[in-house]
Amino acid sequence: MRSGSFLLIAASLGFLFLYAPIVSLVVYSFNDSRLVTVWGGFTTKWYGELFKDVALVNAALVSLKVAVIAATLATILGTIAGFVLSRFGRFKGRLLFTGMVTAPLVMPEVITGLSLLLLFVGLEQATGWPAGRSATTIIIAHTTFCLAYVAVVVQSRLAGFDRSLEEAAMDLGARPLKVFFSVTLPIIAPALISGWLLAFTLSLDDAVIASFVSGPGSTTLPVEILSRVRRGVSPVINALATLIIVVVAVGFLIASLLMIRAERQRRRDEQKALAGK
Amino acid sequence: MSLAQKPKVPGAAARAPWADPDAKPFIRIRNVTKKFGDFVAVNNVSLDIYRSELFCLLGGSGSGKSTLLRMLAGFEQPTSGAIEIEGQDMAGAPPYDRPVNMMFQSYALFPHMSVADNVAYGLKQDGVPRAERDERVAEMLRMVKLEPYGKRRPHQLSGGQRQRVALARALAKRPKLLLLDEPLGALDKKLREETQFELVGIQEKLGTTFIVVTHDQEEAMTLATRIGVMNQGQITQVGEPREIYEYPRSRFVANFIGDVNMFEGRILVDGVDHAVIDSEEAGARIRIGYAVPGREGDPIAVAVRPEKILMGRERPAETENVLSGVVEDISYLGGLSHYRIRLPSGKRVRITQTNRDRHEDPITWEEPVFLSWETPSGVALSS
Amino acid sequence: MSAPDLAGAGTAMAAPEPWAQRLAPTLHRLGVTKGAETRGAVALIGLGLAWLVFAVMLFSNKGVGFGTIIYAILGLGLALWLLRVLTDGRRLVIALPMIWLLLFFLAPFLVVFKVSVAEQLIAQPPYSPLFTWAEGKLQITAHLENYQFLLEDRFYIDAYLTSIRIAAISTILCLFVAYPMAYAIARSSPAWRNTLLMLVILPFWTSFLLRVYAWIGILNNNGVINNFLMWLGVIDEPIVMMQTNFAVYVGIVYSYLPLMILPLYTTLEKLDGTLLEASADLGAGPIRSFLSITLPLSLPGILAGCLLVFIPAVGEYVIPALLGPSDTLMIGRVLWDEFFTGRAWPIASAVAIAMLLFLVAPIMLFRNAQGQTGEER
Repeated sequence: MRSGSFLLIAASLGFLFLYAPIVSLVVYSFNDSRLVTVWGGFTTKWYGELFKDVALVNAALVSLKVAVIAATLATILGTIAGFVLSRFGRFKGRLLFTGMVTAPLVMPEVITGLSLLLLFVGLEQATGWPAGRSATTIIIAHTTFCLAYVAVVVQSRLAGFDRSLEEAAMDLGARPLKVFFSVTLPIIAPALISGWLLAFTLSLDDAVIASFVSGPGSTTLPVEILSRVRRGVSPVINALATLIIVVVAVGFLIASLLMIRAERQRRRDEQKALAGK
Repeated sequence: MSLAQKPKVPGAAARAPWADPDAKPFIRIRNVTKKFGDFVAVNNVSLDIYRSELFCLLGGSGSGKSTLLRMLAGFEQPTSGAIEIEGQDMAGAPPYDRPVNMMFQSYALFPHMSVADNVAYGLKQDGVPRAERDERVAEMLRMVKLEPYGKRRPHQLSGGQRQRVALARALAKRPKLLLLDEPLGALDKKLREETQFELVGIQEKLGTTFIVVTHDQEEAMTLATRIGVMNQGQITQVGEPREIYEYPRSRFVANFIGDVNMFEGRILVDGVDHAVIDSEEAGARIRIGYAVPGREGDPIAVAVRPEKILMGRERPAETENVLSGVVEDISYLGGLSHYRIRLPSGKRVRITQTNRDRHEDPITWEEPVFLSWETPSGVALSS
Repeated sequence: MSAPDLAGAGTAMAAPEPWAQRLAPTLHRLGVTKGAETRGAVALIGLGLAWLVFAVMLFSNKGVGFGTIIYAILGLGLALWLLRVLTDGRRLVIALPMIWLLLFFLAPFLVVFKVSVAEQLIAQPPYSPLFTWAEGKLQITAHLENYQFLLEDRFYIDAYLTSIRIAAISTILCLFVAYPMAYAIARSSPAWRNTLLMLVILPFWTSFLLRVYAWIGILNNNGVINNFLMWLGVIDEPIVMMQTNFAVYVGIVYSYLPLMILPLYTTLEKLDGTLLEASADLGAGPIRSFLSITLPLSLPGILAGCLLVFIPAVGEYVIPALLGPSDTLMIGRVLWDEFFTGRAWPIASAVAIAMLLFLVAPIMLFRNAQGQTGEER
């Protein structure tokens, strides 16, 4: 059919567009020439150089630390915020609360970065804290904008949540706090995990906000990459990109395999139940 | 004008607590109103329910029956009015402090807990010691015939099994009052009929007071000791199933429960023990066996159930309650036949007859017929 | 305020009885058993916490000045508010994210506003204070020159319009690339569907920055495309693609393509296939069916996808900075350059405030209206 082949071609071109740059990143990481795009034979020396590059390795460690802490904080605060938004009905300041939770989703990064930096400078002037820019200030900044994403994930999960489960727990004598920890939280746990992963990725990915609020000793990996990339291409960066792609792809593959297996198990169980065994 | 008399209900349980003016109600709902913004979900409802009753709240969607149930459970607070359980005012009491448990329409089984953990959940909240808890869970699972399924997760059960787990979980705490929201709504027809009897059996064995919300009139008739019919936030009639069917007190109840023929007319004679109604629609005078409310000349309707109408080719001797018409449609169902008769006024009357005899010469399409019924079969409805 | 009013306010603040009583049911609700000891302990913890905040606010200030008084008042207010919050579990739950967001989301904008009406100084920090305490008087010095400057210099208005234009064009291009892909995935067999979707999402989890970086290697004068075309002999001289708006379009379309495909896929997947069959049965050709059935029914997905792409694209910094030209600037890059290169904090702040008013605020209002009509449906 005509429209079928058109779709097939369009989709194939689309996927080519999505993956060609990634493939070129990987290919040129094995290129034995400093001019990244001129092929000079196969080598793995850039990977060796990557691990000898103290600045990059340090930046990567800072990034990981910041991402883990910020994602965890964002998940805690974002879960509470999402819960408040979907379960608390009306309260004083709800409009302000909703606005503050959703605004970071549409806020240009440069504004978030600038405003937080100015706050930190002002606070330091007034109270002495925070003393300069450090990993702490990046963590605060990342927690703030990741919180919004987690809140949205949790809120949409709670919107599709059968409220009678919570009511049943309460009806059986559980107080609200107990209901939350014994029923709500275990059921929305998958949403929390994906919220955490999203926050973790966003934090690892952010170059702009971190550029504003990072100090001399606390450069994150994206900030370091951004400043190098602005000076031009470098095969070391290609090697780094390849490593990141491999890690993400493997993690993604494992996660989806686990999900598929869980889904199959669930379906088998349901069939068994329907058969009345 | 005469004082309106209530039709005497023959066969009403004489010793039932609701017939005894001295009996103390277990649940008292007094002038309860619930508003959501401008919308009045429950409008000034007063109702007494007695211990060990199986009371059905029957109504369509949006009639307020579920809101009333949720107020009993404590999920909603009345806008005004009071709810008492065993003489205790429940105002402000949260769901977890009430001696009431609920079985949810969706069952609301916790998907991350096993069947046994689901049943034990309420006992855990009360701090019941482990040994006693296990024993009670086993007892409950035995009662609903699910003993071997304790370790399963809810998604590993069939619909009927889930329904029974929900029942076991709600009963595990031995509540004084069990609320059931459309308990059989999610089951298919065959399973529903079996489960109805099981539910009644369990209720009779435990003696717990049940309040069931349902939109299914057959279900209400089968289960209930008494039915409260709800419409637009109000309770329009409370009574035993038979009373509701035979003596509906309003056009709404007569129409909502079972099939009915309704003849609009005016009061012609309003005697001490009878009334005569002139109905143009029916093309006849209709006699009612008791005094009706209202003055002579007031509009009124007469309801007659299809199975109470007799049909024949010859005109009966009586002068009242006799209608003539033409057979318009017949549906033969084997044991029963439904007829639709067209009256000269254009009104259609429905009749149900049991096919007791194998007629050689059955009444057929377009045949003129006479319809009649005995005086006690007619019910006058002014509202 | 009249005297009785003052007296009333005083008792409301000082009276310890009501809140202690209010605390009891809250604790009970939270699962704390009744008992005077626990109640007292929690009350003490609350007071201590409040005092701690107050003390930090008060004493960490260097020297005693005007700021101290403001912080003392703020601290006292916070302490009293904390007491109120601690007496209600519900409020306590709301308070945690609320305090965080007030402190790190809302307060920064007040500071930005403050700096935007300051004068640029060569100092640390490089702007003049808003409040000064001179000769026993509080003086407020606001400079509106920064805003005047934004309006007078075409440069800023141009950058604003350029951003909107580039973001809009990229969004439309993105839609054209994404629609057939989303449609193809939605029509593919269920076994393939999840794999294809995963392939769409996968690049999104790898570094954004590195995906943009990849395009430098491709679009450069000695990049993959030019090398390939010259090798083929199609061209003799490299085509200049880097540092052009074309490169920016490519970068934005590439980076945000998954954000466009996913909502489109969601609506197209839900599309009832029998509708198309009915349309064909009634005599409509495939193109006509697409235009009269598929397209209108996928409008919500189109709108959602366009918003998801347009919003981040319009304030984008990384893509124009790495791939874009240095003469036509996008507003995000202007703010960055003012701040980092020019160290013009007040101007940068004024640009930020202008972006908030003319970019973020309309987007928020539009999204709100969108969400409300969505709920009505």
